[in-house]
Amino acid sequence: MSWLLVIILLVPSLVAAEEARPLADNPQVEARLKNLAVELRCLVCQNQTLADSHAPLAEDLRREVREMISKDMSDKEIIDFLVQRYGDFVLYRPPWKASTTLLWLGPFLLLIAGATGLVFALRRRQKKLADVTLSDEEHNRVAQLLSEGTNRP
Amino acid sequence: MNRFLIPFGLFVVVVGFLAVGLTLNPRELPSPLVGKPAPDFSLPQLHEPAKVISSNDLKGKVWLLNFWASWCGGCKEEHPVLIHLAQSGAVPIYGMDYKDQRQEALTWLREWGNPYPVVAVDESGRIGINYGVYGVPETYVIDKAGVIRYKQIGPLREDILQGKILPLVRELQNQ
Repeated sequence: MSWLLVIILLVPSLVAAEEARPLADNPQVEARLKNLAVELRCLVCQNQTLADSHAPLAEDLRREVREMISKDMSDKEIIDFLVQRYGDFVLYRPPWKASTTLLWLGPFLLLIAGATGLVFALRRRQKKLADVTLSDEEHNRVAQLLSEGTNRP
Repeated sequence: MNRFLIPFGLFVVVVGFLAVGLTLNPRELPSPLVGKPAPDFSLPQLHEPAKVISSNDLKGKVWLLNFWASWCGGCKEEHPVLIHLAQSGAVPIYGMDYKDQRQEALTWLREWGNPYPVVAVDESGRIGINYGVYGVPETYVIDKAGVIRYKQIGPLREDILQGKILPLVRELQNQ
């Protein structure tokens, strides 16, 4: 009787032990989707990637991308598909073109401006320090002051 | 005095950039589809599911395509403007019921009025993706040759209608 009870108790746990099912049937498709989706911006929650977002549109777009991957389209074709519809905004890495020149070059321009400013400031300070010349009288006074310091008990 | 001039100049430039930035709406993305042919669709109609409405049927006239849904708050907001425009007869507005339940959409139109001669049903949101829709309501102005000429993101307002859309529609109708 007790054996029967043990068996009855074990059966549901065996059923529950089934492995969690992957979200999509094809793991290769999922891997490519994941790679692409982190490069793409969700248009609804604009600071999330397509991979992170739970917005319905992001789900739809993941479905589209998944289908395009299954059709063996290249990454470039898939990205072109989305850029044609939503513009460069879907890309987390905007392409280099006339309208994005300032975006790409701006940080370097600021760096150059800062470095130039620093060089000028340092040179000016050095000149100020070097320009101080002492007369003989001042020299003697300096020597006197310094010797006072060393002769102090 | 002079040594404050450069930091002050930089400050003014930064404030200028920030001031312009504050007036921009990050939700309004310029559509790359303006000036391009409107994506084709062939979809079941909302009121008569057995019938199909196709973008090809609409070639040769200027029309508006309005993406809406019964679950969408902004659509409720722009609805009186659409009704008013439909009554004026200036331009036909075709509806695109985006990711919606048929019964709820029908109820919504019965309750608030139907400004559309025909409503197409985009149940999966695929046509929405082809049009670059990322939030309903969105409205497109499409010319006689089937080219998108303008995209309104978010609810239509009377001032946008009078200031932008109707002048554009009149110009396109005279072409």
